[in-house]
Amino acid sequence: MGEVIVITSGKGGVGKTTATANIGAGLALRGYKVALVDADIGLRNLDVVLGLENRIVYDLVDVAHGHCRLKQALIKDKRFEGLHLLPAAQTKDKTAVKPEQMKEICLQLKEEFDYVIIDCPAGIEQGFRNAIAGAEKAIVVTTPEVSAVRDADRVIGLLEAADLREPKLVINRLRPKMVRQGDMMNIDDIIDILAVDLLGVIPEDEQIIVTTNRGEAVVLDDRSRSGEAFRNVTRRIMGEPVPLMELERNGNLFTRLRKIIGLG
Amino acid sequence: MLEFLTRLFQRHSPGSKDVARERLRLVLVHDRANVSPELLSMLKDDLIRTVSKYFEIDEKSLEITLDTSDNMVALVASIPVQCVKRSVKMASV
Repeated sequence: MGEVIVITSGKGGVGKTTATANIGAGLALRGYKVALVDADIGLRNLDVVLGLENRIVYDLVDVAHGHCRLKQALIKDKRFEGLHLLPAAQTKDKTAVKPEQMKEICLQLKEEFDYVIIDCPAGIEQGFRNAIAGAEKAIVVTTPEVSAVRDADRVIGLLEAADLREPKLVINRLRPKMVRQGDMMNIDDIIDILAVDLLGVIPEDEQIIVTTNRGEAVVLDDRSRSGEAFRNVTRRIMGEPVPLMELERNGNLFTRLRKIIGLG
Repeated sequence: MLEFLTRLFQRHSPGSKDVARERLRLVLVHDRANVSPELLSMLKDDLIRTVSKYFEIDEKSLEITLDTSDNMVALVASIPVQCVKRSVKMASV
């Protein structure tokens, strides 16, 4: 029996879909069978982030309405053994699926897969209700901005009201340099305010744009900082205790010099 | 040159993250206060009844929110007025 995890945020554009793709790919790299579900009906994007947009035949709404079997709609990612995508419908709207139908689909998926990861749409309406209906655990993605943290707080309240207790937090797009200058909220500021457990911190990284342009996962990139951060998140989901990585590798010239002469 | 000077002086002023954290704290105080929907709906009905004596209003687009600024919470009602009632116009002449 697998585990159903929803990835949500409230606010749009904080990196839910990128996180879903990379966590999914990361778990598949570790040998797990993973099903990714795009619950953003009408605005599907997980397919393009994963580079699978040309292989869609059936979608989530087709499965919910019985137009095809679940297996027919699942797209197998050829680059990762074990990674599958259930795409969202693009032409229907978010009322095309009911929470009970999502629950049923999740139940079926977790019989076959070790991890079922649901990419939740932005907002807190019907699409959100659908996405969390079949979930047993939740990951909340936020960025170090007032608006994103505020929405994360609201979503955490709604998740707890829906019995999805103790959601885990991913802080995305952190800029270590701005944090050091006191111009960006740091990890402790955000954790203090939201009072939830931290699952990981992803530093701002241009490499994400490059990999997303190509429809690839940054988690494969050994040299990128965000890839390393996503690999750490993956291992924590698997239950391994992994310390937070040093966000400023080597630091700037000055801190490097201090280290060399033994001051830092 | 000016840019260089402002950057030089900015270094001494506290970072903007403290402002962000304080604003966030305030906004969450309000968000978490969670005025019950029933109370807001009762207030809405009363408002509609009173305002309707003077204006024809679009009841469906009426919006009531609680707004926080400078440590205070304000009740903000947006009530689209379709037209002033004839009887009221007459009375004011």
